[in-house]
Amino acid sequence: MRLRLTVTAVLAATVLAGGSGIYLGKPTWSPAETKLIASLSLSALPPLPADPSNAFGDDPVAAALGQALFFDTRLSGNGKVACASCHFPDRQFQDGTPLATGMGKTNRRTMPIAGTAYSVWLFWDGRRDSQWSQALGPLESLVEHGADRTQIARLVAANYATDYEKVFGPLPEVTALPKHASPLGTAVAKAAWSSLDEQRREEVNRVFANVGKAIAAFERTIEPRPTRFDAFADALAAGRDTTDLLTPEEAKGLRLFVGKGECTKCHNGPLLTDQHFHNTGVPAVAGMPEDKGRIIATAQVAADPFNCLGAYSDAGPVDCAELRFMKREGEDLVRAYKTPSLRGVAGRAPYMHAGQIATLAEVVRHYNAAPAAPAGHTELKPMAMNEAEIEALEAFLETLSENGKEGDQS
Amino acid sequence: MLKSKSKSNPKPNYKSRSPLRLLWLLPVALVAVGGFSVASMMQRPPADLDLRLTRATEHGLYVGTLVPGVSPIPVGTIQSWIVAVTTADGKPLDHAKLAIDGGMPQHGHGLPTEPKVTKALGGGRYRVEGMKFNMSGWWTITLKVSSAAGTDSATFNLSL
Repeated sequence: MRLRLTVTAVLAATVLAGGSGIYLGKPTWSPAETKLIASLSLSALPPLPADPSNAFGDDPVAAALGQALFFDTRLSGNGKVACASCHFPDRQFQDGTPLATGMGKTNRRTMPIAGTAYSVWLFWDGRRDSQWSQALGPLESLVEHGADRTQIARLVAANYATDYEKVFGPLPEVTALPKHASPLGTAVAKAAWSSLDEQRREEVNRVFANVGKAIAAFERTIEPRPTRFDAFADALAAGRDTTDLLTPEEAKGLRLFVGKGECTKCHNGPLLTDQHFHNTGVPAVAGMPEDKGRIIATAQVAADPFNCLGAYSDAGPVDCAELRFMKREGEDLVRAYKTPSLRGVAGRAPYMHAGQIATLAEVVRHYNAAPAAPAGHTELKPMAMNEAEIEALEAFLETLSENGKEGDQS
Repeated sequence: MLKSKSKSNPKPNYKSRSPLRLLWLLPVALVAVGGFSVASMMQRPPADLDLRLTRATEHGLYVGTLVPGVSPIPVGTIQSWIVAVTTADGKPLDHAKLAIDGGMPQHGHGLPTEPKVTKALGGGRYRVEGMKFNMSGWWTITLKVSSAAGTDSATFNLSL
């Protein structure tokens, strides 16, 4: 009797080992699971792709200049706001608060920077199409830096002329420029911009674009770092012993992540994002203006003078396929926001585009419940995960940070 | 809707029992894991999906062929494809107007891009740029062909 039971047990365990299961207390992984998990490892990340729209992206002098500009609070309307005021280097270049605050309060959550050189679209709604054009947006936003183009051109000429000219060539004459002028921003700045002739505007725009390109050259150097999950994925792919690399609960969470949870539909590839936009039924924030996400942003990026096809881009039309063939319309773009990378996610509360969800556990519960969207249609379907599964998934997500739960990777 | 995390998660203590007494759990575990596997397969493409990339249009006016630019079709990379169109009797169809659309039937979203014909190559062949797939799974591509003979369309399946 005892022998028969043992044989049955071994047979049953063998069957389990063949699929996704547990063999004698150890998790086993099917070839399909192993392949999918390996595709999520940082080891699978291709080399940093060139940005054809930024000819200075890989110039170390440009990166050093960009780094200095990134931390310079003089690039603001009140002398107090730098990029680093919201993008804290020791907190994954984000600020841990629901809505970013510069000179005023924005209506979006600060995004981290690591790996954005791989992004096709920038910002939650993708209203910019390169790191350098993204960097220009906050500089002139009245609730962020509140600076303007001629102010920035004058500031560069006064403080960064040597490095700037080393990279980009001679600066234009700036002393005769108005102190504050821009096609965006205050009425005074707009009026001053109107008074400039076309050549002056072009010169100022060129300096402004180059400031973005220098900042982007710095941001390109900010890359995600390997995590405990990557060590596990690499060991699994190589057929090495994975014991102790993930706890049983974390392994269970990973199995849900690549299986029943279908998380890899959108959170795929080594950066755990498909770089696209999805409506996941994230609740609207009471008291804030209506936010329709991607459906509004497509016209903005198409009209952006600093986009891939614009006069300040170094790319030819062949390099701008993403913009040329951008999906501009469709119900699925309503309240759709960019899939964020999950690298470092545990250290990046609160979550979603306006910081609507306070904790990672609540995010998992949101996906499990799949509530109706405030506008458009959610792509989520309820998952009916139990409490233990929710906790396992959360435990797995914590392995995607350099330092586990603290997740303080930069 | 967003409940706070419950930490009360009592776990039964089996430590005092003999290992053999746990054997009754095996069939239960087997069923549970089997059920889980089925659940994880629910969103996979139907097993009998017709993956032919040459198809007659719905009303039989044309025959369309999709030629992916890269094989296997990559996820996350924008790519250029060739579409070949013939009349029902196999003659290459030039000067046709083509429209390409697509999406994921199980996810309720379309292609992440708007592909367009950028060049008629002659011999019934057309270059389509802007093809992109942002996730693996079952995708459909609908090719709409318009010419003097009329408008007709065919839907192709892809399993990425």
